[in-house]
Amino acid sequence: MSDIRQARKALAARILEGDGRASHADRRAAFDNEGLAEPLSSLIDKVTRRAHKVTDEDIAAARASGLSEDKVFEIVVCGAIGQATRQYDSALAALDAATKKG
Amino acid sequence: MRLAVLDRGHSLGTKALFAIIRAVSRQPTPEVVKLIMYRPEFFGTHMKALTHEAMRGPSAWSIGDRELMAAFVSKANECEFCIKAHTAVSARAYRDAAKVAAVLSYLETADIGTPLRATLRMLGKLTREHTVDADDMRAVLAAGASREQIEDALAVCFAFNTMNRLADAFEFFVPGPKAFEAGAKFLLARGYR
Repeated sequence: MSDIRQARKALAARILEGDGRASHADRRAAFDNEGLAEPLSSLIDKVTRRAHKVTDEDIAAARASGLSEDKVFEIVVCGAIGQATRQYDSALAALDAATKKG
Repeated sequence: MRLAVLDRGHSLGTKALFAIIRAVSRQPTPEVVKLIMYRPEFFGTHMKALTHEAMRGPSAWSIGDRELMAAFVSKANECEFCIKAHTAVSARAYRDAAKVAAVLSYLETADIGTPLRATLRMLGKLTREHTVDADDMRAVLAAGASREQIEDALAVCFAFNTMNRLADAFEFFVPGPKAFEAGAKFLLARGYR
């Protein structure tokens, strides 16, 4: 089988703990979709739940709050990976429960 | 592309590479490539490795199956760029565009195997509802998919639940069918590395 465990760990560690322009706290909050101030809170909530509804205005509002494009890039990446991670973890837990493993 | 840095903030070497891609493919640089190549040490390098392993690593699913999963997850997320991109790759891998179109328009009657259908059904629920339970997994196992196949499908699902969100949040430009054909040819020859 394919094995993305190492790649997933490396990716999450890099975006959350490595160097970046956005603060570690903001990157973590975006990943968790919890504890961000507006307007980032609304932007990341959309990225998490209905990314196809993100608008130019959502990104402009994040920029107008004083964030550089690089910070917006990093925070959106963290939000997307955070939600994909929660889905993946939910599915693996369900699979373990179904096969009585773990 | 909503962020100018993702559109044109790359290093000179990367910009030169984009010029070669445009010349060889006779198509604009795909915006997914612009994203992956922007400050690649932050995101792109790790994401490429993960996606390549999920899509081209060892698996009981064929490459066509995994590209179909990518298209199916993208459909559940309503991500136009990724639906078109991976519909083209899957159709090319299977040499059967009609099959891919049938799965995406109505999964339950499409002419595919029972394990793949049950797996796609579960991936669709996971993507739309963000969670699945043990009964959902028992249904996939009962349909004949192995635990390893389910884990492989979840790896594809992880990669595309990430990339769909980024494609839509950053608003990738959606080019015409020729660009997606060129992309499909490239992804089948070279993978995601």
